[in-house]
Amino acid sequence: MYRYIWLVPLLPLAGAAINGLLGRKLRFSEKLIGGIAVGSIALAFLITVAAVYSYAFSRNAMWPQTYVTSQDGAFKFTWIPGGAVRLTQGSPELQALNLRSEAAMKRAAELQAQQNQPVIGGNEQTGEETRGSVLDVEWSYQLDALSSIFMLIVTGVGLCIFVFATGYMHGDTGFYRFFAYMGLFMFSMLVLVMGSNFLMMFVGWEGVGLCSYLLIGYYFDRQEAANASRKAFITNRVGDFGFALAIFGVIATFGTTQYTDVFGQAATFPLEPLGHWGLLSWIALGLFIGACGKSAQLPLHVWLPDAMAGPTPVSALIHAATMVTAGLYMVTRTNVIFQHSQTMMMVVALVGAATALFAATIGITQNDIKKVLAYSTVSQLGFMFMACGVGAFAIGIFHVMTHAFFKALMFLGAGSVIHGMHHEQDMRRMGNLRKYMPYTYLTFLAGWLAICGIIPFSGFWSKDEILWNAASTRYIPVGWIVWIVGTIAATCTAFYMTRLMAMTFWGKEKFLGKQAGGEADEAHASAYDKGLTQHDAKFTSAGDRPRHEPGEHVGPTGSSAHAHDDHGHAVHIPHESPASMWVPLAVLAVLATIGGFVGISTAFTGGKHIGGRMNIVNFLDPIIWNPATHHFGKEEMLDSAGRPLDGELRARAEVLPAGIEAKEASSPYGPQGFNLAEIADSKLHNETATEWLFIVISLLVAGIGIGLGYLFYVKDTRLPDIWAARLKPLYQASYNKYWVDEFFGWAVTRRVMDAARGVFAFDSKVVDGGVNGSAWLTRLSSRIIGGTDQYFVDGIVNAIAAFVARLMSPLFRAAQTGFAQNYALVMVLGLVVAVALFFGSDIARAVKSVFAIIL
Amino acid sequence: MQFLLFNFLSPALGLLFQAATNGRFATAWEKAQHPDLSKFLIIGALLFIIGVAGVLTRRNIIVIFMSIELILNAANLNFIAMSRYLQDTGNVNAVAGQIFAVFVIVVAAAEAAIGLGIVIALYRNKETIWVDEIDILKW
Repeated sequence: MYRYIWLVPLLPLAGAAINGLLGRKLRFSEKLIGGIAVGSIALAFLITVAAVYSYAFSRNAMWPQTYVTSQDGAFKFTWIPGGAVRLTQGSPELQALNLRSEAAMKRAAELQAQQNQPVIGGNEQTGEETRGSVLDVEWSYQLDALSSIFMLIVTGVGLCIFVFATGYMHGDTGFYRFFAYMGLFMFSMLVLVMGSNFLMMFVGWEGVGLCSYLLIGYYFDRQEAANASRKAFITNRVGDFGFALAIFGVIATFGTTQYTDVFGQAATFPLEPLGHWGLLSWIALGLFIGACGKSAQLPLHVWLPDAMAGPTPVSALIHAATMVTAGLYMVTRTNVIFQHSQTMMMVVALVGAATALFAATIGITQNDIKKVLAYSTVSQLGFMFMACGVGAFAIGIFHVMTHAFFKALMFLGAGSVIHGMHHEQDMRRMGNLRKYMPYTYLTFLAGWLAICGIIPFSGFWSKDEILWNAASTRYIPVGWIVWIVGTIAATCTAFYMTRLMAMTFWGKEKFLGKQAGGEADEAHASAYDKGLTQHDAKFTSAGDRPRHEPGEHVGPTGSSAHAHDDHGHAVHIPHESPASMWVPLAVLAVLATIGGFVGISTAFTGGKHIGGRMNIVNFLDPIIWNPATHHFGKEEMLDSAGRPLDGELRARAEVLPAGIEAKEASSPYGPQGFNLAEIADSKLHNETATEWLFIVISLLVAGIGIGLGYLFYVKDTRLPDIWAARLKPLYQASYNKYWVDEFFGWAVTRRVMDAARGVFAFDSKVVDGGVNGSAWLTRLSSRIIGGTDQYFVDGIVNAIAAFVARLMSPLFRAAQTGFAQNYALVMVLGLVVAVALFFGSDIARAVKSVFAIIL
Repeated sequence: MQFLLFNFLSPALGLLFQAATNGRFATAWEKAQHPDLSKFLIIGALLFIIGVAGVLTRRNIIVIFMSIELILNAANLNFIAMSRYLQDTGNVNAVAGQIFAVFVIVVAAAEAAIGLGIVIALYRNKETIWVDEIDILKW
């Protein structure tokens, strides 16, 4: 079945093409458009499920080997016939120069020889050889543990969101456009996660960036949506620049972009210890900059909260569940390269931890329900990067999965709330919605418990594993910092999510009394906040504006007596959303509740990852490189294509090459100093007990967060104001998002504008001056030349003509007698002359002979 | 008498003449009886020259027309003579010259009709057919 995975990206593309190209022309009905879109995604999901089942779980499963469609010719096409590539990087000399010890230098030379790259050219005189390879980038899809999980997330969660969107976008004028963009996004995302080489990932990467831009700016006639889409696109360009540089580095170093080849070669490179910037560290840095841009890590996170200007299903699909996890996919995919550089591992972990805390603290003070969720997403992405940074890539992907479930659930729940509240996004005007929207409330409850990390909801398993891995890591020396920061961030997460729940679903019905009174929807929040800060009017507000026509009603409840948009006339009673919206919510709620059991903590299972391949950690094992053995997989030794090494190969692999000391699998870079888990272990003398200790701590902080939230927003609602006043500087900083936007506005936007103004001045003064000057010069010279022509040249010509006419005219006039006989005479004379010319000698001879006869 | 004249006298006279002229005259007579191409060409050339001289010298426009007819007929003579000459040399199909002559005659007739029409129109306007009094081609 996995031979047909090439259909998976193709189906959404086909759906998008039909909807986008024909939807408007043929005036497709909403049912047809929704049917095409949902049908194509559902089919893709079914194929994915079947393919993953037959790849990993059927009797003759291919797992742990990598399947690439070009292997058996299922789908192959040489996309970029790049020709010969000269490997400018990764030469033995360069590597040796960068390494510190003598042994490592020798080792580097050996490793390069092992790479066995063909010699493609050279200089005969000097004897230098140019090493290189042939770069033929093929378009083929790869199925392995990592892409399986991402394909399932993208198509599965995507399907839920598509179904939701058919209800949510009902009545929108751009219905066909929305689903065309969404389908295109699905295609790009699937190309991103299924591609078998870096360039395909890049194509998908740019494709999702484009679709994100198009969908954020879906309501393009609204200024802030247009601004937000541009902001997202431009911020992503910064990251894409780093990614592109990293791809160039990969090509220059390895001469190929195919994952299996690159990772097979990279696995033989020496490890680069902390503080040492070797070749692979630089490549990893470029890749991580790309990941920062796409996955909204500090300092490139600014676009994601603004991206909430798009429709809510877009926020759920692109800005929570799938696209923003592309950075995680990339880091995990290239974990060989990252694990070679201890420096970059630390950078990843610290950036992730910083982002997690930073975004969580901002989330506490935001009032727009989608903004809170957006900062929550940034924070959770930080957690995922934390996991990657401490060497737990599989756990990072596990968190991607659980986060996709519960965050998509909460975004869709927020969409349902916004829908039910008639396009109200400000949480301060909600409250007690559980009475009006029971399904939304119940499903949201599951998401809330999951993100807070309450056992046994899915978020608990992944977040706890991340924190445990941070505490016990021996990959980097600062695991304890990461753990502390992560734990604080987790507390904040529980707090702000409880706040969201309290303000939205519990408490008093605040929408009853307060009405905005005729103001446009998106101005609600700013009108409310004017007393607090001016700046707010510009930056708060995101979200969906009413698109329903008056009189057209979606909901099933009694409030349909009046239309959606008649603000200021009556009190809106919230209503539950239609089935097409809450059924996906229910599906996601089930997943968010039980989805975590695929990565059940080892503390519960006697220190082992149980369940065989069904356990996500075991399942992902073949694609995770082990820096201790320099091979893939923790338990078994695999090569980069997931093939088990056995017999002689295994024996050779087990002998570590000279210059690399044997290390424990748990601490491949040697001892890393202070380690929380080790200290706890030394006191408790029991590994499982140590893990339990951390589980209890993480449950405790979740409880503290929830309790604080309950205290502040349910028990005593005066407390938030009191504490906001007491911690005014902190509150202001958080409320204003630490002025990062302002800082970028001052440090980047202003500079760019100044530069643009300078360039404009140069253009208008110097370039235009030159052009205008040359035009003036041309005019001047043409005037001079024109005068010369008119008076001098024409004068001569006229003078000559007049002279000739005066002189010759009597002669020619005399020839014109008007007598036909004169003309005939001239003709005859001409004839005589012609005959004389041609036959003169013959005539003379004839005359002579006649005379001879006569005489 | 006739019998004598044709059956005896003429041959006798002929023989006598032949004997007197030593056969040269007979040869010339024979040649005259069977003219070759050059004779026709000479006649044609003479006709042409007469025609041209008429066109150039005569003042009466009618005569000029007649002279033009002479020129055309000189050309016709040449055509037919050439045609016959080519037929004698063995080219049985060389009739183009004769056909051409027919065309020339037709064209000459048409030309005469138009030309005389012009002459009549001219006479009605100018009351003259003397060409040296007609110089309106100047303008």
